[in-house]
Amino acid sequence: MSKIIVVTSGKGGVGKTTTSASFATGLALRGHRTVVIDFDVGLRNLDLIMGCERRVVYDFVNVIQGEAKLQQALIRDKHCPELYILPASQTRDKEALSKEGVGEVLETLREEFEYIVCDSPAGIERGAQMAMYYADEALVVTNPEVSSVRDSDRILGIMDAKSRRAEAGEDPITKHLLITRYIPERVAAGEMLSIDDVLELLAIPLIGVVPESESVLQASNAGIPVIHDKDSTSGQAYDDVVARFLGEERPLRFLEPEKKGFLKRLFGT
Amino acid sequence: MNLIDYFRRNRTKKTAAVAKERLQILLAHEHGEGPLRDYLPQLKQDILEVVSRYVNIRPEDVRMHLEREGNCEILELNITLPESPEPRRAAG
Repeated sequence: MSKIIVVTSGKGGVGKTTTSASFATGLALRGHRTVVIDFDVGLRNLDLIMGCERRVVYDFVNVIQGEAKLQQALIRDKHCPELYILPASQTRDKEALSKEGVGEVLETLREEFEYIVCDSPAGIERGAQMAMYYADEALVVTNPEVSSVRDSDRILGIMDAKSRRAEAGEDPITKHLLITRYIPERVAAGEMLSIDDVLELLAIPLIGVVPESESVLQASNAGIPVIHDKDSTSGQAYDDVVARFLGEERPLRFLEPEKKGFLKRLFGT
Repeated sequence: MNLIDYFRRNRTKKTAAVAKERLQILLAHEHGEGPLRDYLPQLKQDILEVVSRYVNIRPEDVRMHLEREGNCEILELNITLPESPEPRRAAG
């Protein structure tokens, strides 16, 4: 049975595409046949983060409109043979994503893939609504920051009202909270919302916490999803997220402030 | 955290706590407002229509304000009548 997972947040810049790339890669690295779809029509970026921008020929909208076959538009990932990328169109506008068209493409993908990861655009317009409409599960990416928490809350409400599952009266989308760009030192100093604060506000189960890390930018620079960087805290945190998603129990990591020496603590740096 | 920060921070409330409190109030408010706020513009239109049968008023003379305190909601309605109202007979 295949599963459609939407990676969403409402707010932009919180780490949806970074998460989609690493989450899909993590599933594929564990042997699950996975496809990751960019729903950000007009502003595609998943191809860049996945490092396949020069191999894009056809895109999602071409497939919906019958201008290309699905097989022609799917790009095989260069690192994992079980992973495929379906890029967004850079030239069309978001209205090109019809509910029926998206539904047909997803149905076809279900036959061949175990996991279909939908990378949602920011906002609550058509692209974002189409990315979540057919979802079975959702990763709600949230930064410990007021506007991100508010937007995530809004997205949670929309998922419960406007998804296919909601309209059909089926079980609602299974939601997972993923906190990203977490800085333990600032939480300890009372300058940043804590995990418990965000959990209390959004009231959905936590699937992981990805600490703020330099390696995310470096991974984007290179076009290699950060989960491949096994030395980085964020790469390891994403690996934990994938493991938990697949049912493994893993304790949270990287939540304690870095231990500083006595002098450093007195005078800072 | 260095020594100077330590003293400075303890004087005021931590901003994370302020953020949480603001969000708690805001989200509670946004969760409750869906269907309720939806009918307010129509209600305002209807009130305007009814009052216009008797007095000449403009749309901006009707002001509505909804206030919420805990479980209690207060709908405040303000209608400014013209200075020398010319009574208008209901048709019929």
